[in-house]
Amino acid sequence: MKNNQWPLFEVFIRSKQGLHHRHVGSLRAADETMALENARDAYTRRREGVSIWVVKSALITASQPEDKGAFFDPADDKVYRHPTFYRIPDGIGHM
Amino acid sequence: MDKALQDSLFTYLLRLGDSQLVLSHRLSEWCGHAPELELDIALANIGLDILGQARTLLTLAGEVEGLGRDEDRLAYQRGEREFKNLLLCEQPNGDFAQTLVRQWFMDHYHQLLFTGLSQSGCAPLAAFGVKSLKEVNYHLRFSSGWVQRLGLGTEESARRTQAAIDELWRFTGELFVSDQVEDALAAAGIIPELSALAPRWAGRIAEQAGQAALTLPERAAYRQGGKQGLHTEHLGYLLAEMQSLQRSYPNMSW
Repeated sequence: MKNNQWPLFEVFIRSKQGLHHRHVGSLRAADETMALENARDAYTRRREGVSIWVVKSALITASQPEDKGAFFDPADDKVYRHPTFYRIPDGIGHM
Repeated sequence: MDKALQDSLFTYLLRLGDSQLVLSHRLSEWCGHAPELELDIALANIGLDILGQARTLLTLAGEVEGLGRDEDRLAYQRGEREFKNLLLCEQPNGDFAQTLVRQWFMDHYHQLLFTGLSQSGCAPLAAFGVKSLKEVNYHLRFSSGWVQRLGLGTEESARRTQAAIDELWRFTGELFVSDQVEDALAAAGIIPELSALAPRWAGRIAEQAGQAALTLPERAAYRQGGKQGLHTEHLGYLLAEMQSLQRSYPNMSW
């Protein structure tokens, strides 16, 4: 890959309904201001959002695929961590 | 509204609508060719905003004229001499800097003009001004940001941006020239006084050019005639491409 590309940014949008900013994709931009404008053009043209966050992808610390076992498998056999042993009152519908 | 004023309004709506139509077509020419995918989207997006403005204005022009011509008829079935757009709008894209400088000149103009139009005594034109101003504020943010980046960027980007300013400067005077059409409408409170916008435009351009280490030419911006239908050689080619389908298959739709 050529190394003269603009840095990569991750884009998060808060939609009208949603409470959280949700990751929607990534794009390239020379700086933060341009990243915000590019994100506006690429991801909110169809009224998808009311707020945008952009962050340089390089600044994100991510878990590694090879750590998957240590990170996530121990949760598989701890059924008692799920609150499934309670009776749900009839008055409550979907939970 | 008397007949003479109505004729003036029709002519003015063509001048404004044609300018937006031609400028949006120029921006659409970048589609698939911009230096970055993100810029491709941004330029197309701005072009589509401006195309929307053109549609509103040409539709309104057709209604004011009262001869049953709709936006498509006005856009696709008039010749070069019948187009009344500003010469600046039809100038070729050149390089990225030239496109951005043209846009920066026009965005500052639009911001001042549409602010004035939003106070128009003609209700549809006032509504157009209010709606379009929001779009223009974003366009200006984009173009002025780029002029600054290019001006303060590399030696090459500064040279190209300065060359674009020098090339396009002579067309900027026409933005503020008024003839009897604009004078009559300004007197009736339908459009703002164009000559009053000129010093404010020049002040904003000079300020941002200074921040970007760019200089403005001293010579007069003498070129005009587009509003009267006298164009540079570039418009004919643009119209030939834009109108080819409707010229080959009149009234076709899909």
